[in-house]
Amino acid sequence: MLEVRNLKVRVDDKEILRGVDLVVKAGEVHAMMGPNGSGKSTLARALAGHPGYEVTDGTAIYQGHDLLDMDPDERAREGVFMAFQYPVEIPGVNNAYFLKAALNARRKHQGLDELDAMDFMKVVKEKLKVLHIDDSMLQRSVNEGFSGGEKKRNEIFHMAVLEPTLAVLDETDSGLDIDALRVVADGVNAMRSPERSFVVVTHYQRLLNYIVPDYVHVLSDGRIVRSGGRELALELEEKGYGWVEPAAAGARK
Amino acid sequence: MEAVVQAVPAWLKERRERGASRFAAVGFPTVRQEDWRFTSVSPIAESAFPLARGLFTRARALVEAVSVPGSVRLVVCNGEFLPELSELSTLPKGLKIAGLRDGARDNADGLEQRLAKTFDIDAHPFAALNTSQLDDGVAVFIARGAVIETPIHIVTITGSDAGAVTSHPRVLVVAGEHSQARIAQTFVGEPGARYFTNSVAEVVVGDSAVIDFYTDQRESENAFHVANLQATVAAKGVFSSHAFLTGARIMRHDIGIALNGEGADCTMNGVYLADGDRLMDTHTALDHAMPHCTSHELYKGILGGKARAVFNGRIIVRLDAQKTDAKQTNRALLLSDEATINSNPQLEIFADDVKCTHGAAVGQLDEEAMFYLMARGLTRVEARDMMLHAFAGEVLDGLTIPALREQIESNFFALLARDVQLKS
Repeated sequence: MLEVRNLKVRVDDKEILRGVDLVVKAGEVHAMMGPNGSGKSTLARALAGHPGYEVTDGTAIYQGHDLLDMDPDERAREGVFMAFQYPVEIPGVNNAYFLKAALNARRKHQGLDELDAMDFMKVVKEKLKVLHIDDSMLQRSVNEGFSGGEKKRNEIFHMAVLEPTLAVLDETDSGLDIDALRVVADGVNAMRSPERSFVVVTHYQRLLNYIVPDYVHVLSDGRIVRSGGRELALELEEKGYGWVEPAAAGARK
Repeated sequence: MEAVVQAVPAWLKERRERGASRFAAVGFPTVRQEDWRFTSVSPIAESAFPLARGLFTRARALVEAVSVPGSVRLVVCNGEFLPELSELSTLPKGLKIAGLRDGARDNADGLEQRLAKTFDIDAHPFAALNTSQLDDGVAVFIARGAVIETPIHIVTITGSDAGAVTSHPRVLVVAGEHSQARIAQTFVGEPGARYFTNSVAEVVVGDSAVIDFYTDQRESENAFHVANLQATVAAKGVFSSHAFLTGARIMRHDIGIALNGEGADCTMNGVYLADGDRLMDTHTALDHAMPHCTSHELYKGILGGKARAVFNGRIIVRLDAQKTDAKQTNRALLLSDEATINSNPQLEIFADDVKCTHGAAVGQLDEEAMFYLMARGLTRVEARDMMLHAFAGEVLDGLTIPALREQIESNFFALLARDVQLKS
């Protein structure tokens, strides 16, 4: 599904990712953990193709294609989805109208018929029901005036409608209360399938109680310093990031 | 010929002569004058296109292309009202239409009292020039208490079968007490053609009347367009102006609204789009002359290439105009590094118990929002159009005539696709 080799990424002339290797197979859920500033979100944004994140070295192969060679919109149409850490407020752009355009862009790319307004609403209503999300979100401007929790739920809702092949969740749990966290986790769990993979970026172990990962990686100072199973996350919670950081510092010098 | 001259009443001759003498005295404005500081009209003065009259071959097709189904259509071609291209078959009760030439000859009610009387031409050299040529045009009378559901669409075209020409279209709208109507004026010409349109429209809004006025300026990209819309609003009258400005190489749009009666309300909205090295100049003047009046003004600009825009929003709140509530906002998006705007709010407040706010913001497309839209699968162009649609949306939402809205929006996005190149 996704094979990242020696990925180095620069932001504003500062090297944030210093050689990341990551292999995600179809159907797997990978958790990417690490302290603040370790490069977790940079990895997510680089995979989504944010123009402010300059790849200076390395490769990322997604379903046999060079991901780094694609524009962000091509990646999305190929089935890569990133749930934003800070979803952008876009006044005047209707949430449902935008989502319909996005879904039809993907469908067209897949050689499927575009959905008309009625069929689209059918899809949307069904997803809202599964996610227990209120449909008032549909007719508002994208993220405008949404609470923190609403913004994150809206991201999961977009993901559910767009049905990506690879979903990258960038700290979707941050700032959420336990109910909102459940909505997010239920949304992800409902979508787990042998054909779909997830990279869940998170600072806290808490989310992983609800979304049980197959693999856990720990990023520190731009490199993956530990990888393991679910037990690694529990160990991290117990011992704190201090436990992995000295090792990383040692490896650097 | 002699008969036509004799048919012109003395009052009209006198007004023409006043316009002529005023224009002879001041001539074309120069950039040394405060109101024209950023807009040189020397290309207009130098080209001195001859005066056009009446129909030309392409006129009919141009009218067809912008026609709004279900409306009363009034065609003013090169300044002349042409009933043969107009659609007058289903004139609603309470609506009266008169060609200005015939109306003046027949002494139509209200014409002498109103025409060229709503504002002071001394402050408007191009309006003086228009008045000096006053010969024909169209007058719309809405009877007291009449509620006109049918939109009234004035199509103003300039052109000729030979070279470049000048026209001086003239429109007068008189809305009686408690009347209601929606009036649209479209300015159009042959795409790519050079010509000069110098328009004046006067609107008299009676007590408690409600008048919406839409301007769709889609002149040729090589045309010169100068237009003056002047309205007076009586007590409890409501006037709204919505301007959609996409055409012309040099455009100057003056709007003057005088709130002359207590409790009057006005909206003055506009959106303009320019690319290349075109110039879009909007000057608005709002005169709060009486107490308890409200005004809302919102202008939005989208500029690409080396386009320039000028926005000057003058609001006068006179000594007596207590409890005035005035709000002015001007926002512009610059889609290239070389596009520029000069934005100038001009508040002159003489009353002490008023609420006046103004704000101006100039920015670029929000790249984080663009990335968000693209990261969900929209191409850069689709994302941009969605953002620009949202930006212009507040103004487009004022278009309450669906067929007109559809037409204006599709023109707007066709021009975006043609004109506004994205930085990669």
